[in-house]
Amino acid sequence: MTGPRNAAAVASLVLLCTAIGCTNFYEVPIETPIQPKMDVTPFTRILVAGFISGGSDDVDGNLETVRLLRSQLRSKSTLRVIEAEVLPLVDIAREQGKEPAGPSSSSVPTGGGPGQTPADPPPSTPPVPQQPPAGEPTPQQPSTPPATGQVAPVPGLESTDGKIRNEKDLERYQSIFENVAFWKKLGEQHQNPLIVTGTVLFTNTQSSGFVNQNREIIDPLGRRVVQPYRVYMERKGFIIEPRFVFIDGRTGAVLFSDRFHEEVLYPASQQTPALSSYFELMDRLIPSFLGSLSTQRIRGTRVLLK
Amino acid sequence: MNQTVMFSRAVIVASMLVMPVAAWASARSDAKEQVEFGIKVAQTGLWREAQYRWERAVELDPTYAEAWNNLAIAYEHTGKFDDARKAYETALKLDPKNTLIRQNYDLFKEINDRTQKRRGGR
Repeated sequence: MTGPRNAAAVASLVLLCTAIGCTNFYEVPIETPIQPKMDVTPFTRILVAGFISGGSDDVDGNLETVRLLRSQLRSKSTLRVIEAEVLPLVDIAREQGKEPAGPSSSSVPTGGGPGQTPADPPPSTPPVPQQPPAGEPTPQQPSTPPATGQVAPVPGLESTDGKIRNEKDLERYQSIFENVAFWKKLGEQHQNPLIVTGTVLFTNTQSSGFVNQNREIIDPLGRRVVQPYRVYMERKGFIIEPRFVFIDGRTGAVLFSDRFHEEVLYPASQQTPALSSYFELMDRLIPSFLGSLSTQRIRGTRVLLK
Repeated sequence: MNQTVMFSRAVIVASMLVMPVAAWASARSDAKEQVEFGIKVAQTGLWREAQYRWERAVELDPTYAEAWNNLAIAYEHTGKFDDARKAYETALKLDPKNTLIRQNYDLFKEINDRTQKRRGGR
């Protein structure tokens, strides 16, 4: 069996050699650099602040995402990762939404520095500027954000039952990312780093239908062959839909944002813990996330010719 | 006398015909030396030196498809995608039937297209 295989290999090599005019060739490994999607040169530090998370109760999307991104950034990015308390961004957004104009709970928590806890007293902030009369739009002044870190109320948050279940629920919290004053204040507390925040929706899913599978059979001549077939299956799994928002800690403005969607399905009989699926799905996204910040290298091989 | 004149004319004509061929052969030989040295240093990871050698090679002999192919790989390795594309295209123009150059180019295009898409998706 080895004889004919070797002969075939030699024949194909000869054919290849003939095709390329007997040129000498050398296969070499190369690493193609892929430029980052955004310019991070003004920053030396990065703060993964926290996420608005929702969906499955089995995984704390905020905490797990912050931990995972920080650990990835520590090993695969040149930026120094700031170790700070994870911001409970949903609660902050809710407080901002509830809050009438007043000094306050919607200011940036000081749980940022190492050793600090969310229970530390909030910094003293000047009073909030007067809100415009009802019906008038709140003026946006990105160039001169208010120094307080106060925000306009997020409409509709008061009516939620406290759970974010779907994309529509998440939508109501999006305005926190446009809150320039809030992010600028957070940036000031950490010496103006690049801030990473966003939303993470991790939900259960299930589907049923026909799926393609392969099976090995023995044909009439006694050979093993792989035969495709269709089978009806009940499957369940998870979907992850993160949106990463990159904010300039010096100005509080959004620099760049990116959305992703990944899902995984297993046979209904298979018991897969939600957390392990979460990591499986995030593993697929991490290269793209890192590709936003730093040069990634794609390994491959090329053929040098003489 | 006539024979001598005829002979010397023949020699002049012959040398005029041979000289460009000899010049080309010499250029190719010099370029080949550069290419071979470039391959050696690229195999040890010295891609900048390799790039310099292959740039010299294509200067010496702009019709050397293999040198253009190698130069394209060096450009790709250093992230100069536009230069890499031009070098691959020149190599393929000079030697359209070379399957190895085509294979390199296809792999390059796959990565390059993905990068363009990422940038377009901002």
